[in-house]
Amino acid sequence: MKQLISIELYKIFTKPRTYIGFGAIFIIVLAIQVGIYIKGDEMLQMIITTLSDRFIFEGKLINMYGVSYIILNTLWIHVPILVALVTGDLLAGEANAGTYRILLTRPISRTKLVISKFIAGLIYSLLLVILMIALSMGVGWLLFGPGDMLVMTTKVSIISSDDILWRFAGAYAYGMLCMTTVAGLSFFLSSFSDNSIGPIIGTIALIIGITIISTVGASLLEPVLPYFFTTYLTYWQEFFETEFTFKQIGLAVMVQVIYITIFSLITLFYFKKKDILT
Amino acid sequence: MTPYIEINELTKDYGHFRAVDRLSLRVLPGDIYGFLGPNGSGKSTTIRMILSLISPTSGEIKLFGEQLTAKRYQILNRVGALVEKSDFYNYLTARKNLQILGKLSAVPDLNRRVDEVLDQVGLLSRAESRVRTFSQGMKQRLGIAQTILHKPELIILDEPTNGLDPQGQKEIRELVKSLNQDFGITILISSHILYEIEQIANRMIIINKGKSLVEGSVFDLVTGQEQQVSFVVDNPDTLRQAIRETQWADKLQKSTPDRVWFKVTKDEIPDLSGFLFGRGIRIFAIEPVRSLEEFFLQLTENEATH
Repeated sequence: MKQLISIELYKIFTKPRTYIGFGAIFIIVLAIQVGIYIKGDEMLQMIITTLSDRFIFEGKLINMYGVSYIILNTLWIHVPILVALVTGDLLAGEANAGTYRILLTRPISRTKLVISKFIAGLIYSLLLVILMIALSMGVGWLLFGPGDMLVMTTKVSIISSDDILWRFAGAYAYGMLCMTTVAGLSFFLSSFSDNSIGPIIGTIALIIGITIISTVGASLLEPVLPYFFTTYLTYWQEFFETEFTFKQIGLAVMVQVIYITIFSLITLFYFKKKDILT
Repeated sequence: MTPYIEINELTKDYGHFRAVDRLSLRVLPGDIYGFLGPNGSGKSTTIRMILSLISPTSGEIKLFGEQLTAKRYQILNRVGALVEKSDFYNYLTARKNLQILGKLSAVPDLNRRVDEVLDQVGLLSRAESRVRTFSQGMKQRLGIAQTILHKPELIILDEPTNGLDPQGQKEIRELVKSLNQDFGITILISSHILYEIEQIANRMIIINKGKSLVEGSVFDLVTGQEQQVSFVVDNPDTLRQAIRETQWADKLQKSTPDRVWFKVTKDEIPDLSGFLFGRGIRIFAIEPVRSLEEFFLQLTENEATH
């Protein structure tokens, strides 16, 4: 199994498309950080002007935590696209290239092949998130340094700098779990297709489509929304609530785990029975 | 002697379409077994079922006397396969492709073995080239290299000369013969070209519409049958005069200014050429031109008359 995973990782990391994801995150994160570094004060003044008659703001409000929070808000829809770009190709890419014929005539089990491909895809997805963390926090620390974090959602909260790292750790860990679900979805679609475009576009369309429908027609979809995993993609924000409770995030984690299990089992079952016709 | 491949009453349905229809065959150790049939006759489907790439609707497949489903790992370690055209990871080099496949088959001393097989198929000098830069012929040779990488006892080749020029086809045929003669590897080779199978196989089966038409030794099946043979000669008119009122007159099919066609058995070819030589006719070439379709017609005619 270890051998199979390392082969799959080698295949992933020798394909040029793999680096589109890393490049995109690198560019987007740095662009946000440089933008805030140059225009951050101006932007902050605009935001806090309306609040300055009720609050006195002191200290360094533009800091690595605040900027990382903005980056997380910006990238939660981008990263799934970059994950799908590679994981949607894992099974369909072999079918499209006709390489199943040389792969599956070797003494390896289909079950092990699917599991190793999924694990390799997962490692890629998690590396994307890790790059995002490293850039947000690392470059953020160099450019802005630490400080208390101003969180503005439906309310304004200030989180003290000594109470913040565990929140980011939780948010990133939950983000990784969500990316596992996205990888599971595109991998699942990939098993049905002989061309990578279908699963990649399919995953993106499902995530963006359901998110838009959920936002626009929230009242219409209210009864079914709790059953979509996309509903919980933004639940990492729960970690930045001043009164954090495990109830909401626990539910979100459970939904993601259920979806990962369903996607994986169907993929495994289907692929084991699949006729290789390409 | 336990057959290396034994399939009994093998059937594959795609909805209402029956691709393979109760097909049975046996490949014995040491055979170069020709699997002949026109395009779409069910050859590739059968081969994919033998290799467990697709599952049969019914029937039994045994390799080395064992059910493939029961001992897949052990059996596939003794088999090399090239199914249809050679497809590889085009973005990787020839060496890297073989290393990946070698690891999956747990080939010992892999780097040395990769060099060996690349040398054997004449690709050692291109080992570090990406496969996307290879011609179709080079890809086919690399395809054969991957089949022998783990030193299998049985190789299954599905139309390995497809898409190749005559020189490339000849090279592959010679490579296949050498694998059988020099390394003792049993080979099942499919083709839609009768001439190709005649050149290399000792036994063969002919299938059409998923059904077996005939199975047996190539010599027995082909030698007794009449086939069209073209003679390239200097003067067809003189030839026509020479054969008038002889047994060969009825066997003349047609002629052009530099070539004549006879319908004769393989055994009659030396007699006919000797006769023509004796009449002072200069023969530049003798070429069998019987097509698979013609052979099918003969087979079906024979079936109808018996």
